Amino acid sequence: MAHFEKANSLNEWLDQRIALNTLKKVLNTEYWIPKDINFLWAMGMILAATFGILVVSGIFLLMYYKPDTNLAFDSVNYTIMSEVGYGWLWRHIHGIGASIVFLIIYIHMFVGIYYGSYKRGRELIWLSGMGLFVAFSAEAFSGYMLPWGQMSYWAGMVITNLFSGGSLEAYGLVEWIRGDYVPGDAYLTRFFMLHVFLIPLVIIGLIVLHFGTLRIPHVNNQEGADIDFEEAAELYKAGKKKESKVIPFSPVFLSKDIFVMGVYFILFFYLVFYNFNFAMDPVNFDPADGLKTPAHIYPEWYFLWSYEILRPFSKDVGLIAFGIAQAALFFLPFIDRSPNVAPAHKRGLFQVWFWVLLIDMIVLTAMGKLPPTDPTFAFIGLVSAVLFLLMGPALFIITMFEKKIEKGA
Amino acid sequence: MRELKIFAIVAFFSFLTYYLVEPYAHHEMHKKMDANGVEIKIESHGFTYDGTDDIAEAERAGDAARVAVKKAFWTDVVEVSKLKGDATAGEAGFGMCLGCHNGANMNMGGVIPPNLDHAGAIYDKNYLIAVIKDPAMASNVDHKYADTMMHPMGSIKAMLSDNQQIADVVAYMLEHKAGEVTPKEAFTEACVRCHAVRYTKTTQLGDTPKFKHKKDELAYEIKVIEEQDMVKAYMGNLPPDLSMMIRARGEHFMETFIENPQGQLPGTSMPRVGLNHEGYEKVKEYLTEAGDPSKKAREELGPWVIGFFVLFSILAFLWKKSMWRDLH
Repeated sequence: MAHFEKANSLNEWLDQRIALNTLKKVLNTEYWIPKDINFLWAMGMILAATFGILVVSGIFLLMYYKPDTNLAFDSVNYTIMSEVGYGWLWRHIHGIGASIVFLIIYIHMFVGIYYGSYKRGRELIWLSGMGLFVAFSAEAFSGYMLPWGQMSYWAGMVITNLFSGGSLEAYGLVEWIRGDYVPGDAYLTRFFMLHVFLIPLVIIGLIVLHFGTLRIPHVNNQEGADIDFEEAAELYKAGKKKESKVIPFSPVFLSKDIFVMGVYFILFFYLVFYNFNFAMDPVNFDPADGLKTPAHIYPEWYFLWSYEILRPFSKDVGLIAFGIAQAALFFLPFIDRSPNVAPAHKRGLFQVWFWVLLIDMIVLTAMGKLPPTDPTFAFIGLVSAVLFLLMGPALFIITMFEKKIEKGA
Repeated sequence: MRELKIFAIVAFFSFLTYYLVEPYAHHEMHKKMDANGVEIKIESHGFTYDGTDDIAEAERAGDAARVAVKKAFWTDVVEVSKLKGDATAGEAGFGMCLGCHNGANMNMGGVIPPNLDHAGAIYDKNYLIAVIKDPAMASNVDHKYADTMMHPMGSIKAMLSDNQQIADVVAYMLEHKAGEVTPKEAFTEACVRCHAVRYTKTTQLGDTPKFKHKKDELAYEIKVIEEQDMVKAYMGNLPPDLSMMIRARGEHFMETFIENPQGQLPGTSMPRVGLNHEGYEKVKEYLTEAGDPSKKAREELGPWVIGFFVLFSILAFLWKKSMWRDLH
C-alpha cells in the first residue's frame, strides 16, 4: 500500500497519486533527443499538431454534417459554408489539413529513408509509422466520401470496384462493402462511421504505439551516430551541455519544434485562405450524380502514385502491382541489408537509389493525374510504374554489397 | 546554412509536385484540340461580341458554307451597330418585344421569355442587335435549329427586319432599359428562365414565395416541376442548379463559358446570353453570394491569422535561440 501524506501543493498531491514528477521526467525533461538534428526532425510534432487540428475542426463539422445522400451535400455546402458562423473556416481548415498532412507524412517518410531511421532497433518505428500511413489513407478516403459531390461518388465507385479483384469478379464483395449495388445511403453512413469513429480511434492507438516504439531505440540523428544516451544525459544533467550529445525533449527540443510549427502554420493558413482548390477539388462542388460520369476521375494528389501503379497495366497485373506497391514499403527495414545507419549521402549507391525513388514517385504522382489517353503520358506512367516495382529488388542488391562505414569516418 | 539548404530541397520538390498535379495536369486535362492536334486557345474577349469565336468554330469544322453564313451574319451585325439609332423611334419597335417579354411568367416554346427591364445595362449592344436579327445565330446555337425546329423567338426576324429599325430598338433599350441593376436582377433576367438556385430559393419560376398551407406549397412545387419539364423538353436536359457553380468552375471557365458556351462545351444546348462585362460581374456577384458567401470574410480574416503566425514564429524563433544558446 502506497504511503500518502498531506500534500502542500496540487503538484505534490498529484505526484503522490500519479507520480507526476516522474511522468514529467520520463515524457519531457529527461526524454533525451540527439542534439545533432535539423528541422526535418520536427515533422513528427507537426503531424501530431495537424492531427489535432483535424480532430478539432472535424468535431465542429460533425455538429452540422448530415450523413444522408439527400442532405449531405447541402449540409456541407450550404449549412456549414453559409449558415454556421465560421463554418467555412473549419471546413477549409479540415480540407487543407487533410491534404497537407500527407505532404508532411511523405516528408517524414523520406526523411526516415534518407537517414536510415528504420534500421537496427528502429524497425517497429517504421512499421507503426506505415500503419499510420495506411490508417490516414483510409481516413482520408472515407472523409472524401462525406461531402457527396461528384468526385466523392465516382472515386468511391472506382476504389470500391478494386475489391472485385479483377478477373475474380468478386462483385459480391464489392456489394458487401457498399451495402448496395452502387454507392448509396448505406455506403455513405458506414463511411461516415469509419471516418468519425473507428479509424480515428485506430489512428490514436497507432500514434501511441508509434511514440512508444521510439522510446528505447531513441530518435535517430543527422549522422546516424550511435549515441550512449545514458552517458550523454549524465553530462547534460551535470551542466556540460556543450559536451553532451543530447537535449531534453522539453523545453529544448520543443522550442525548435514550435518555431518550425509556426512557419508551417503560416503556409497552412495561407492555403486555407487563399489557395485551397488543390485540396477541395472544384469537381466535388457538383452534387453526386450516378448518371453523369465526370470526364476525368482522379484521386486526391497523395494517392496518385499508387493509382498510377494500378493504371498502366492490364486489369489483373495492375491489381497485383498495386498490391505489391502498397505492401512493399512496409518491408523496407528488411529489404535494406546494409549494416549502416547513416545518411544517404554517405552510403554510395543507396544515395542514387533514394533520389531515383523520390523522383519516380513524383513522376508517378504527376502521371496519375494526367490523362492516360495521351500515349506519351501513358508510356511514362508505365515505365515509372515498372521502375517503382524494381526499386525493391534494387535496394536489396545495392545494400547487400554496401561496405560497412568505419566508426569515426 | 545546412538547414536552409535542406529547406530549399524540400520546398523545391513540394512545389514541383504541386505544379505537376495542379496547374499542369489541369491544363492538360481541359485543353481542347482541333482535328490536327493543335491546341485551341479559349480566351475571353472582354464580353464583346463580333462572331470571332463562331467563325473560328465553323472554320475548324471545315464547313465552308457555315463559315460564309456566320461571316455574313456578324458583318451585318457590325454594320448595324454603326448606324445611329433613334431611341424615340425605337419605342414602338420595342413595344413588339413586350408582346412576349412581358413578365407574365408564361412559358413560350420552351422557356419563359426573360424580362428586359435592364437589357440595355447587362447585355452587349452587338449582341442585342444580333439577337433581333437572328436569335439562334446570336446565341451560337443555330445547329439546334438546322432542321425543322424553330427558335422560340424566331418570328422576330419577320417582325423587325429593317436595319435602321433594329438600331432604333437597341438604342431604345440602351437608353430606357438600362440604369442601376442589382446582381439579383441581372441574374434573374439573364439566367433564371433555365437555371434554378436552390440556395437562394430560386427556381425557373423565380423567387419561391412563402406559403402558409402545405397544400399551396405542394401546388407551387407542381408548377415548378411542370415548368422544369418544359425547359427540359426544350433543352434536352434540365440545366443544372447554379447554387455551387461559383466553386465548381474556375474563373476562366465561367468567363469563357458565359461568353460562348460552345467553346468550352461544343454542342451544348446552352445559348450564349450576351452579357456585357458589367452584366457578367453582376451575375458573378450573385453566384458568389449564393455559393461562396464567405469569400469576403475569408479575405478579411486571412491577413490577421497569417500575421498572428508570423508573430508567433518570430517569438518562437527567439525562444529557440535562447534555449539553444548554451548548447554549442
